[in-house]
Amino acid sequence: MVSQRDKKLVVIQLSGGNDCLDTVVPYSNGLYYDFRPTVHIAPDAVLPINDHFGFHPSMGAIKNLWDEGKVAIINGTGYPNPNRSHFRSLDIWHTAEPAKIGTEGWLGRVIRELDPKSENVLTGINFGRGLPRALGLRGVPVASVGNLDTYGLFPDLQDEALKQSALATFTKMYGGAAGRDVVFDYLGQTGADVLKGADILRRAPAQYASTVNYPDNPVAHNLKAIAQVLLADIGTRIYYTTHASFDTHSGELPTHAQLWEHVDSAVGSFMDDLKLHNRLDDTVIYIFSEFGRRVKDNGSGSDHGSGGVAFVIGDSIRGGMYGEYPSLEEKDQLEGDLHFNNDFRCTYATLLEQWMGLESAPIVNGRFEQFDFLKPAAA
Amino acid sequence: MSNQEFALLAHLMRRAGFGATRDELEAYAEQGYTATVDELLNPGDPEVMPDDIIRRYHVDQSELRQLDGAGANWLYRMITTKCPLEEKIALFWHGLFATGYSKLNQARALLNQIDMFRNHGLGRFDNLLVELSKDPAMLLWLDNTDNHNGAINENYGRELLELFSMGIGNYTEDDIKECSRAFTGWTLGNAEYMAVRASKDSIWPYSRIAWHFQYRDWDHDEGEKTFLGETGNFNGEDIIGIIARQQATARFVSTRLFQFFAADEVDGDGEQVIEAMMQSYFDSSYEIRAVLRTLFLSDYFMSEEARYARVKGPVELLVGAIRQAGSYRAPTLGVHQLAYQGFFMGQGLLQPPSVEGWHEGMEWIDSGSLVERVNFVAHELSNLDKPGVRAIIDRLAAENGGVLTPEQLVDECLDLLGPVAVEDDTRTALVDFAAAGGGALNLSGHQPGDAAEQRVSNVLRVIASTREYQLA
Repeated sequence: MVSQRDKKLVVIQLSGGNDCLDTVVPYSNGLYYDFRPTVHIAPDAVLPINDHFGFHPSMGAIKNLWDEGKVAIINGTGYPNPNRSHFRSLDIWHTAEPAKIGTEGWLGRVIRELDPKSENVLTGINFGRGLPRALGLRGVPVASVGNLDTYGLFPDLQDEALKQSALATFTKMYGGAAGRDVVFDYLGQTGADVLKGADILRRAPAQYASTVNYPDNPVAHNLKAIAQVLLADIGTRIYYTTHASFDTHSGELPTHAQLWEHVDSAVGSFMDDLKLHNRLDDTVIYIFSEFGRRVKDNGSGSDHGSGGVAFVIGDSIRGGMYGEYPSLEEKDQLEGDLHFNNDFRCTYATLLEQWMGLESAPIVNGRFEQFDFLKPAAA
Repeated sequence: MSNQEFALLAHLMRRAGFGATRDELEAYAEQGYTATVDELLNPGDPEVMPDDIIRRYHVDQSELRQLDGAGANWLYRMITTKCPLEEKIALFWHGLFATGYSKLNQARALLNQIDMFRNHGLGRFDNLLVELSKDPAMLLWLDNTDNHNGAINENYGRELLELFSMGIGNYTEDDIKECSRAFTGWTLGNAEYMAVRASKDSIWPYSRIAWHFQYRDWDHDEGEKTFLGETGNFNGEDIIGIIARQQATARFVSTRLFQFFAADEVDGDGEQVIEAMMQSYFDSSYEIRAVLRTLFLSDYFMSEEARYARVKGPVELLVGAIRQAGSYRAPTLGVHQLAYQGFFMGQGLLQPPSVEGWHEGMEWIDSGSLVERVNFVAHELSNLDKPGVRAIIDRLAAENGGVLTPEQLVDECLDLLGPVAVEDDTRTALVDFAAAGGGALNLSGHQPGDAAEQRVSNVLRVIASTREYQLA
C-alpha cells in the first residue's frame, strides 16, 4: 500500500463546458433524441455502459478502464444557482466558492496543506501556460510548465553554450547584493527557486523511459509530461492541465468527437504508462468541466447549460455511476438545463479526505457529503 | 545632457508612464523635468489609432465584448499612446476600483469604464466617484442594481467606503447602511429588457446591447439619513460630497497614489510626502492632478530614495518592454497574444481577481510569474529585428567608432535601456558575461544579425533578466 505522502492527484480541466449529454449518452431515453434532433449520438454508436447509458464513441480507452472497474462517473454534478458564464463558473469550481467571489484556489490550499513551508517549489505544477485560479494562492509557489523540454529561463535560446553562460550569469546576479533590501533578497530567492525547479524538472524527461506511445495532441503532450515528472519522484503531488475548447455552440459533432478522442487517448496512454511502471496505485485522475450544455440542441451545437459530468479514474477507484443522471423531463429542467443533484464540492471533499488524507472543510469552504468511489483500502 | 538628468526623467517615465526610449528622453529633456511633469498631467492628443482603423486592421481587438479582444485593445493603446499618464492613471483606478469580466460577461462595459477613468481620472475625486457610482459595469459588479428603496443591498455602499475612498475603521456599519440607502434608485435603465434577452441567449447571458445608467426616483429612498455624523435627505452625490471632504479620504487616496507612483512601502520620508499630497488634495478641491503634481515634484520622488522602490506590475513590465523595443506599432495580430501574456504573469487586464484588485509589490513575484516576466522581456529586448533594439545598436555603433570594451558595452547598454542603475555585483556578472563573448566589440560595418550585433543582443538579454529591470 502506498503511503499518504505518495498520493497524487491529476486534474484535467475540460474548458468551455463539456456537453455531458453527448459524453455519457442516455441512449435508451427518447427525450434525448427529441431534444437533440441533430446533436446526438445514435444508440448503435455508443460504447455501452449499461442498458441505458453509453460513452461517446471517442471514449474507447475510458470505456476499457470502465470495464476494468477503474472509472467513477459523477453524474449531475454542479452547484446551486448555476452561472452560465465560463469565467464565473470556472471561478466557482476553482475557488469552491459559489456564493461570493473567492480569491483562493482550492488546489492552492491543498498545496499549502501538503507543504506549509514551501519546501518543495514543485509540490504543485500546472502543465500549460499561466496559472489556473484553482492553483492560485498567495505565498504558494506553483510552477507553470508550458513545455517540459524547454522549461525554465531563456527557452528561446538555441545555442546551448550561450544559454548556459546566460544562466550562470543569472545565478551570479540573483545571488549578489545580499542584504540590499527585502524585495531584492526576495527576488534573489525566487530566481534561485526558479533555477532549482527548472534543473529538477529538466532531469525528468532524461530519466524517463517508456514503451508507451502517446498520441500527438496537446493534452497527450501534457499528460506525458505529467508522467515524466511523476515517475521522476520529485515530490510533486498536484498535477493540473487543461484541454480546450469544449464550447461547442456550432459544429459540435465533429469537434466534440475530436476533443474526446484527444482526452481519451491521452488518458489511456497515461494509464498504460503508469501500469508499465507499476505506479497505478498512487495516482488518481479527476476530469471536470465548468458546466454542461443546454438540453435542446441549436441545430448545429448546444449552448451553455448547467449540471455536468465529472470522472475520477484510477486503480484505487470503485468503478460505477455516482450521483444521479439528471432527468430530461421538461418539468425537471432548470431553465432548459439539467438540474444538478450533487455539489461538486462533494467530489472535492471525497478526494481530499479519502485520497489525499486532508481535512476538506477549510479547503472547500464547508462540510459536504462524501461519495464512496474510493476503495476502502485506498484510504 | 547629464546622465543624472536622464536618470531622473527615466524614473519619472517609469512611474508616470511605461518607461521611455532614449529618443523620447531626449525630447523630454529639451523641455525639462517640470514641464514634462505638467505635460504628462495635462494629456493632449494621445495620437492613438482611431476605432474605425482598428476595426479594419486589428480584427483581434475589434470584438470588444470579449475579454481578450478588449484587453488587447487597451494594451495596444498603452503601447502607442503619446499621453502615457492618461493610461497609467486608468490602470491605477482599474486596480483600485477593480471591476472584472467574470461577473459582467460584457467587456465593452469595462472598456467604457476605463474610458471614464481616462476622462476623469486626473480630475476631481468627488466627480470621479459620482461617475463611478453611475458606471454600468460597477452598478452590476457590486449589485447596486439590487439596491432598492426599503430593501437595500449594501455591497456597493460598503466597498465605496472600505475599498474606494476611506478605508476600514473610518465609518460604522450604520454609515454603510445609510450610504447604501442614498444610492437606491441608481441603476441600469435597461436591466429588465436584458434579463429577458439573457434567458434566451446563453452565449451572451447579459446580451448584446449596451447598458446605460438610470436614476429611478420612485425607487430612491427619500428619507432622512445620518452619514458620518451629518443628517439630511442625502442622495448619492451628497454622500460623495461628504466622503470627499474627509481627512481619511485624503489620506487613503494620497497613500494609494503614493504606493502606485512612488514606492510600494511607505516609510517616514514617504509619510511626509503623503501629508503634502493630502494638503494639495484639499487646496485643489480634490484634484488628483494636483496631488500627483505635488508627488512628482517632491524632493522624495526626485531623490535616489524613490528609485527602483516599486516592483513593476506585469502590465507595466510588458508595455514598458514593448515600448522600449518599439514593436507592435504596425498592424499585427500579435497584440492578442500579449493580452494573454499579462495573464501568464498574473495580471489579466479587465479581469482582476476580486474587487480588492491585485496584490501588488512583492506579491507580483512568485516562481511561476518570474519565469514568465524574465523570459518575456529578455526575448523582446534581445530581438535584433525590433526597431528599438536597432536604435540601440545604431547608437552604440556611433560611439567610439563602434569599438567597445566589455565594460563599455555593458555600461552603454544599461544606459540606453534606462538608464538602469545596477548593483556592483550585477554589473560584475554582466561584464564577465560580455567579456566571455570575446574581447572588445567592433560594430563598425555591422550588418543586421551579424556576430557583433548578436553580442549586443546577448548583453541586452541578460540585462533585461536582472532583478533591477524587474523594478520600476
